[in-house]
Amino acid sequence: MRIFGNRHVLGWLLISPAVILLVTFTHYPSISSFISSLFSRGNPIRPAQFVGTDQYTAMMQDPVFWTVLENNMIYAAGTIPASIGLALLMAVLVDQMLPGRAFLRLAYFTPTILPMIAVANIWLFFYTPEIGLLDQVLRPLGIDTPNWLGDPDTALWAIIFITIWKEAGFFMIFYLAALQTQSPELKEAAKLEGASPFTFFWRITFPLLMPTTLFVLVNAVLNSFKLVDHIFILTKGGPNNASSLILYYIYETAFSFFDTPYAAALTIVLLAFLALLALIQFGVLEKRIHYR
Amino acid sequence: MSFLKPKNLLGLAVGATMALGAGVASAKTNLTMYYPVAVGGALTKVVDSIVADFEKQNPDIDVEAIYAGNYNDARIKALAALKSGEPAQLSVMFSIDIYDLIEQDAIVSFDDVATSAEDKEWLKSFYPALMENGQTLGKTWGIPFQRSTIVMYYNKDAFRAAGLDPENPPKTWDEFVAAGKKLTKKDGSQWGMMIPSTGYPYWMFGALTKQNGQVLMNADGTETYFNNPKVVEALQFWKDLSQKHEVMPKGAIEWGTLRQNFLEGKTAMMWHSTGNLTTVKKNAKFDFGVAMLPGNPERGTPTGGGNFYIFKKSSAEEKQAALKLIKFMTSPKQAAKWSMETGYIGVSPDAYKVEELVEYAKSFPPAAVARDQLKFATAELSTYQTGRVRKLLDDALQAAIAGDQDPKEVLEDAQARATQLLKPYK
Amino acid sequence: MSKYFSFTLTSIGAWILALLWISPLIFAFWAAFHSSSDAINFDLFSPLTLDNFIEVWQQAPFPQYMWNTFILVTGLLISQCVLATLAAFAFARMNFIGGGVAFALVLMQLMVTPEILIVENYATVAAMGFADSLVGIGLPYAASAFGIFLLRQSFKSIPKELDDAARMEGCSTLGILWRVYVPLAIPTYLAYGLVSISHHWNNFLWPLVIANSVETRPLTVGLAIFGAPESGVEWSQISAATLISVAPLLIAFLLFQRQFIKSFMASGIK
Repeated sequence: MRIFGNRHVLGWLLISPAVILLVTFTHYPSISSFISSLFSRGNPIRPAQFVGTDQYTAMMQDPVFWTVLENNMIYAAGTIPASIGLALLMAVLVDQMLPGRAFLRLAYFTPTILPMIAVANIWLFFYTPEIGLLDQVLRPLGIDTPNWLGDPDTALWAIIFITIWKEAGFFMIFYLAALQTQSPELKEAAKLEGASPFTFFWRITFPLLMPTTLFVLVNAVLNSFKLVDHIFILTKGGPNNASSLILYYIYETAFSFFDTPYAAALTIVLLAFLALLALIQFGVLEKRIHYR
Repeated sequence: MSFLKPKNLLGLAVGATMALGAGVASAKTNLTMYYPVAVGGALTKVVDSIVADFEKQNPDIDVEAIYAGNYNDARIKALAALKSGEPAQLSVMFSIDIYDLIEQDAIVSFDDVATSAEDKEWLKSFYPALMENGQTLGKTWGIPFQRSTIVMYYNKDAFRAAGLDPENPPKTWDEFVAAGKKLTKKDGSQWGMMIPSTGYPYWMFGALTKQNGQVLMNADGTETYFNNPKVVEALQFWKDLSQKHEVMPKGAIEWGTLRQNFLEGKTAMMWHSTGNLTTVKKNAKFDFGVAMLPGNPERGTPTGGGNFYIFKKSSAEEKQAALKLIKFMTSPKQAAKWSMETGYIGVSPDAYKVEELVEYAKSFPPAAVARDQLKFATAELSTYQTGRVRKLLDDALQAAIAGDQDPKEVLEDAQARATQLLKPYK
Repeated sequence: MSKYFSFTLTSIGAWILALLWISPLIFAFWAAFHSSSDAINFDLFSPLTLDNFIEVWQQAPFPQYMWNTFILVTGLLISQCVLATLAAFAFARMNFIGGGVAFALVLMQLMVTPEILIVENYATVAAMGFADSLVGIGLPYAASAFGIFLLRQSFKSIPKELDDAARMEGCSTLGILWRVYVPLAIPTYLAYGLVSISHHWNNFLWPLVIANSVETRPLTVGLAIFGAPESGVEWSQISAATLISVAPLLIAFLLFQRQFIKSFMASGIK
């Protein structure tokens, strides 16, 4: 009985430093965001007032909110499958004995260690019209290049491409690690039975990589909501919000417009999204990883 | 100087009992100044050297300058510091932040600090156009320092090649378009002109509307005129430059890369801040000129840039010390030096009487264009809720220019939303 | 023959992708050693220059920024590892009351990272008096749900018999953690370390909001201020600055890439 008591006390003691910090910077601010979203924007002259769901009503009528929401959906749909697919392809490639394997591995991985804020400037050079790299390379080939970042139809896709570029190599590492733990005997056995490499991949390798895929998926989903650094340099959300995302809009609302309550309301919507996704993913993840 | 305030009495008593030499440090007034560095590292050195000169002259005042990124960052940082009780006595911030700062009750008016007869004279010593953004409610809240206007940079070699007179740049919209047509090369290797539509589109637009005889807002910052027919006409003109006349590339033109485009000869004319003058001068491999913006028929430009503000949350002697620093930094001699090293405008007529600047302007005439243009200048777009109102206009402009929407429609929409936002301030 | 052909094709494809992927870095290398105008025009025979590095070095206190980042990243990694180890051990091995709920609470942070709550977290950190300090930048990340999650996984895979054996020899609970669990989870620590370092070395939004001064600004924020497009973009200098700031990480990866991959393999992140 004494041990029993000890176990509970010790358990809580061990987790308390981490839990206290997590609560302070995750749970408490989530709740206080919610509370502050129920108030009006105050200032020293006119204090904030309780306005109930007014902020949310305003949000429903805010066309920019709908634009950034839609953009974020496109951003997620554009970045998640592509970066995961590429990561898998890269991992399969460098898992083989290709010439210059070390270089390939490094090349795929470098975007991970380049700060987004710095490479965004370099991408700006690639994309910029007239003097930019893409223009200089494609024009002589007779390809008429759009104003990538300056055209509302292409701006978001230009941003999406950079995100894929940034993420794929990072995810590759996880796939590569998983691939290298696969037993070579499996492959030999498959060969003996006459399975083509392609069939082998889809029937054996890919299912075995499922836990990795799920893990990477969690990261990719999260990044599709929080990776906005390059927008600061490249487009600032423009033209006309065509490349703005929810988190960027939150930053803008809070720190350019000083509208903390509205930013809080936007945060709550973002949190609701993430919570929903988390529920779905962890439901699957727990099953797949723990009890397989 | 005087530190005989109750809360300092204890410090004084303690100081007095200590050795006199050691006590001197505690008698100093410490100032923390937030400063936006939007023009890269070189600028910090100029500010640092001016501050060092000031400290040499005023050994009893210590100034710590905090360089805080662009205007927006500087404002966030300064206000956050005030909120959390960190020291901040003065700051250079965006001139258009004035209404937000007043609403936040963050600043004091200079009329309440600069009270001596000499101080009052000093308040009148600046170019009136530069004071517009710093005055409201019958008081002066901001003192001009890092100020600019929009000017037209043009490539004289390209003008010559196109058979245009390089000493006679376009003065009206019609001439501007005509010159643009001659300068635009069909193969796309050179455009006639570029007016940036990212970064600060509302600022460029302020020039176009002023040239068309209309300002964007009232002097109280409570009303905007986005749907005024002349404003709509100005946007139509901007849009026509690329869509109809085809003398400017389509889509948004990036503020940050425009200078490179000009330096690489991709555009023969560009509208940009005077703050770029020194860099363009250093890097241009061709003969370039700087001209006032054209008019329709009257010329026009908004002023831009940063003003000095003094924060309310500072003691009386800190306020006086801050005032002293501001007076020093805007004094003709320092303002002249500042203008020569950065390309920003010397803030007072007296600055342009300082010998070095007179000489400089003689040897490099573009340096005086911004000053000469001040008589056509108006305030930069600034209202209550300025960040939001500004974004409404920016979005509308980009929608029309890059997104092919109808100018009248987008401006009507922006006006309706701005009116909604400003209703409580009427 | 066809096998050889497909191998060649795969190799070429892999190389094209690699060149595409590394092209920004290659351009940065090229631009950093050329004047801005030569860099833009790809003048192959233009003279090499070190001016950009000199200019950058003089304009911004990069050594200081680098030091800030270094302190921040190491400090964070240590605190993350310590806190995560303790918590993960409790979650993995001590079936205590409320453990399930607590673990669910922890998992929430996997999704709700501090960037998303910048507004509120800024207020909290400022109220604690940590605004504009390295502690303030690090604090919200000091406890990592990701770290706890990974370590719990790896602790769970350690056979319980080892516990009992150690206990027989008189080890306390914490002794077991230190002597048995931590050594066996070293690959996980390495893998987590890589993720943590590359994340915090590159993190931007939160430090941008919280850091004000040269003494606290990490490299990313320094770089952003240095290369802010507001002032007009100088690609050569930005490239030089970028190279300076990524060099340590790049070199470290080049030196240790074999170990990294190995530790990932053994870490159970799969």
